[in-house]
Amino acid sequence: MENQPSLFNKFRFIVGAGLLAWFALQSYLLYDFGFSWKVASTDAGTTSVLLAAACYLISNNLKYYQPEKGRSVFILVLCLVLTFLWIVACRWLLPQLIPEPAYKSFLIQSLTIRFSIAFLIITCMAMLSALRYMQKDQKANEARKLAAETLARDAELYKLRQQLQPHFLFNSLNSISALIGFKPDEARKMIHQLSDFLRGTLKEEQQWVTLQHELQHLQLYLDIEKVRFGHRLTTILRHNDTADAMLIPPMLLQPLVENAIKFGLYDTIGDVTISLDAVVISNQLQITISNPYDPETAYPKHGTGFGLSGVKRRLYLLFARHDLIEIQTRNSIFSITLKIPQTVNPQNTDLKPNA
Amino acid sequence: MQVKKVLIIDDEPLARSIVHEYLQQFPQMEVVQECGDGFEGVKAIMQHKPDLIFLDVQMPKINGFEMLELVDQSPAVIFTTAFDEYALKAFEAHAVDYLLKPFSKERFNKAIEKFLENQPKKPETTVALLETAASSPAQHDRIVVKTGTKIKVIPIQEVIYLEAADDYVNIHTAAGAFLKNKTMSFFEKILDPDLFTRVHRSYIVRVEQITRIDPYEKETHILILKSGAKIPVSKAGYAKLKQVLGI
Repeated sequence: MENQPSLFNKFRFIVGAGLLAWFALQSYLLYDFGFSWKVASTDAGTTSVLLAAACYLISNNLKYYQPEKGRSVFILVLCLVLTFLWIVACRWLLPQLIPEPAYKSFLIQSLTIRFSIAFLIITCMAMLSALRYMQKDQKANEARKLAAETLARDAELYKLRQQLQPHFLFNSLNSISALIGFKPDEARKMIHQLSDFLRGTLKEEQQWVTLQHELQHLQLYLDIEKVRFGHRLTTILRHNDTADAMLIPPMLLQPLVENAIKFGLYDTIGDVTISLDAVVISNQLQITISNPYDPETAYPKHGTGFGLSGVKRRLYLLFARHDLIEIQTRNSIFSITLKIPQTVNPQNTDLKPNA
Repeated sequence: MQVKKVLIIDDEPLARSIVHEYLQQFPQMEVVQECGDGFEGVKAIMQHKPDLIFLDVQMPKINGFEMLELVDQSPAVIFTTAFDEYALKAFEAHAVDYLLKPFSKERFNKAIEKFLENQPKKPETTVALLETAASSPAQHDRIVVKTGTKIKVIPIQEVIYLEAADDYVNIHTAAGAFLKNKTMSFFEKILDPDLFTRVHRSYIVRVEQITRIDPYEKETHILILKSGAKIPVSKAGYAKLKQVLGI
């Protein structure tokens, strides 16, 4: 339970007011029966205070112990016991406070009706309390569940963004090592590209970025790969200003392009062209990444590499949709199309799209 | 001093050039060719009969291990790879050496010295090397065979059944049959037991290709495949098949 139970919370206020009203009503009732105001208010006051105590007891009890489903009989028994104690206390206390024989006989006569009313009130109180605490528990549970889910999702998103092939890093370093021997300037340039690229991937950026920004980062990666694979690799990026301004979760494209390069280069012999096309269709950013493949020997794992499954999962975590990614194979070209809904407010480029 | 012929096989030009550069300190080592993939590699090995090859593992179409399988008489091998824990474990024992990219000149020189010292005892290491190479993960997806001078990559899902043929295994696919110099027990080991069952001493069958199982003489049976092929089933094979099919 999140907040300490205070004496003055709403629930207690209502219960208190109810009891006060009951006290007033009872006083008037007794007065109507012909007792003096003094006798009437003493009776009503004493019984109400005792009733309030009983109510407090049952409510407090339910706060710490809530019977399981089907065991609510226990509450009923408890209410009965409390009512019985209450009536015994009234029967013993009232004649001492009001030593009038007429009153005493009235009290004994009215015990049954008093018992019934008190039982009803205490049971009512028990039910209200049970309901209230159940609700509170449920709310706390929900909040906890939500917090756990958010945490898990953030961790997963972080991990998905962080996936970087160690192959890529080691091979790039090897290329740099080779370049140092005969093209030191190019080696230096590649070190800078690699550093910029790594710095970009290490950012714990939660914010969406513009496509333009993402493509700049991607270009660093592509330039490095082009140095590694030389003339075999050609890349074409087609995008316009409208698309450039669209927003996209950071590092979403990189694993797909990495996949495309890997499959393009390792599934075919000869020159490979990897293309990326970004268009805007009804305010939705649509990006297609294509690579050649050999339909005769495409491995069973083709296109289901970690890159693709990671992106699929990420899109699902972001949008709770499975229909944002599409795969096509035609004329020995493998393409993946991503749809990025522009649900994010540009002013508030928070990771979570506005629900 | 006898000149050693060296071949460098790597799909990255810069990765080849650094090996070439480091080799210049050894005048007795002569680079006869550089190759960008396994196909070129096989051709170059047959043509030049090199003494030593530098071989990358991850390459287009067929990887370094598969390339070695296609060579009848493998030269000494030094693997150059960026990151392959599996290769590290498997090849520690059998390859001349393995170099983890990026490698230093000192490390490279050590590998060359190792090669020069170990020169005579080549054949056994090659056999052992191939044994381990064959069980590399990539080989569970595809089988690489050589028909004449042509190299064919057969994805595992195209394999219908395997048939023993003397020292070879005949791999039957929709596109025809291909011989591979491997044993039946090797394939039994690497193929997914949920997909393939060894129904007979000489036959391994893709289970989903079976259309009928007919009783035959005594306790044996006969399988009819979708392709119409008839495969004998031994008593033990039938027991295994029943288990896989859940009957």
